[in-house]
Amino acid sequence: MADIWVFVEQVNDAPSALGLELLAKAREMGDVTALFLGEGSDQVFATLGDHGADSVVHIDAGDRLPSGPTAAALAEKIASDAPDLMIFGQAYNDRDVAGRLAARLGVGVLSNATDVRLTDSGVETDHEVFGGAQIATAEATRRPFIVLVRPKSFVAESAGGSAPDVTTLDLPDAGTSDANVTASHVEEREGPQLGEAAVIVSGGRGLGSAEAYAMVEDVAKQLGAASGATRAIVDAGWVPYAKQVGQTGKTVKPDVYIACGISGAMQHLVGMKDSGTIIAINKDPDAPIFSVADLGVVGDVHQVLPKLVEALQTR
Amino acid sequence: MKVVVCVKQIPDPATPYTIEEGTNWLVRTADQVLDDTDRYGVEMGLQLAHANEGTVTLVSMGPSGNAQGIRQALAMGADKAVLIEDDGLRGSDALSTARVLAAAIKGEGYDLVIAGTESTDGYSGVVPQMIAELLDAPALTYATSVEAGEGSVTIHRQTADGYDVVEASLPAVVSVTAGVVEPRYPTFKGIMDAKKKPVDNLTLADLGVEIASSQKVVSITDAVERTAGQIIEDDGEAHLAIVALLEDRKVI
Repeated sequence: MADIWVFVEQVNDAPSALGLELLAKAREMGDVTALFLGEGSDQVFATLGDHGADSVVHIDAGDRLPSGPTAAALAEKIASDAPDLMIFGQAYNDRDVAGRLAARLGVGVLSNATDVRLTDSGVETDHEVFGGAQIATAEATRRPFIVLVRPKSFVAESAGGSAPDVTTLDLPDAGTSDANVTASHVEEREGPQLGEAAVIVSGGRGLGSAEAYAMVEDVAKQLGAASGATRAIVDAGWVPYAKQVGQTGKTVKPDVYIACGISGAMQHLVGMKDSGTIIAINKDPDAPIFSVADLGVVGDVHQVLPKLVEALQTR
Repeated sequence: MKVVVCVKQIPDPATPYTIEEGTNWLVRTADQVLDDTDRYGVEMGLQLAHANEGTVTLVSMGPSGNAQGIRQALAMGADKAVLIEDDGLRGSDALSTARVLAAAIKGEGYDLVIAGTESTDGYSGVVPQMIAELLDAPALTYATSVEAGEGSVTIHRQTADGYDVVEASLPAVVSVTAGVVEPRYPTFKGIMDAKKKPVDNLTLADLGVEIASSQKVVSITDAVERTAGQIIEDDGEAHLAIVALLEDRKVI
């Protein structure tokens, strides 16, 4: 059996949704070791076991920024244990640890993968390119193999596994590559979140102004939906980064996605084109968003959205 | 304070990208543009250098073409640029890129390295972290704000549900998110001055770096396309079609 290591991070008091997705894939491929970053608890380790982890390597960096010490310690462990494949998520700490680790080991990483396979000669990954219109297949042939997988590529599922063996990864003393986390701030959030919402209403540059984003939020409120945004209006400072859907933002797969004043740049399409039903409203009949929309309305969001809110209110 | 900002020229995102047959590499034309997200790193670097009586050096790897993207960053106010261009770098992966940039940064000397979080054409999203490891420096990543001075740097680091305050001693590597600061537009004087600023052109041999990529794109195939549905013109009643579809999908 192949020896697969999976990086899983703690979010609040549980393993991250992304980490559990990766475990579901890894257990199809071989024996699974979860590299678990966070405080940990018996409950958390049991969840990892239930999702297919045969063993857990517990990494607790405390107030240190995890990437430096974690990469250094993992590099030593890899030298002795030689895993066949390491899978990380396309997420903040995952990218930091995987990047530092790869540079330390002198190997490349396969980033933004949507699927991963072990082959006779190495490892093969699929990547969506050109907004998902095409799939590039890449191959790496130098061990150890490090792959970063996009969120929502696999479905997290309980496997009914028992409690795993847990060992602690010893981290090196602080060196020149260390940084410290001195405070954490959680932003106030209301309503459903992008990652979990069944319905998402998003706005783009076609709204014309930051103030017009209120129309998007009005529609979202009527539908009990989460509100999202394109990179263009996040960069413009109209809405916070946490709302960004796309390649550099969140990948979402809601039942219904309503795109308001969004042209459909490749960067955005990659993050939402797997939604169940897509509704798009845009003035430009040639906008690429219409090529993925189940219902496309060629029209002005400033006309359509207020009427939509009114129609929803009176129901 | 010596600030080095990593920048990249990319094919204009507004034009369709093409892939070279055989190698599956992105075709790079002469008139590339500065990656839009790099303007934030350049601006951050300029502000920190200004506050700490420092300089800003740009470091860039790739086919320089007519270097208009680099001139754009110089026109914003950077002092000089180092360009690494070499046929041996064609199709290089993230690690090769990081090795080349780290070697050039070491050669220049630095207190603070600034980069974007990922490029708009490659998106590997790990190059700043790799550079930091190769320099044995901390990587303060996904910064939404940066303060530096007196041998230390403090950032707000974007997290899934807010931000962390992260501190480290210099030298350090910082990756900045788009929106960390409002990038300035080059002035006419800036554009004229940029033409006279020093640009060093280096090769792999100059840096003493050997690279061997261990990964490649083996095929590109069409994805299963999502088919377009019904397109209607808004005649003042299009919202009713949306309501009907939402009812059909049992959202309302």
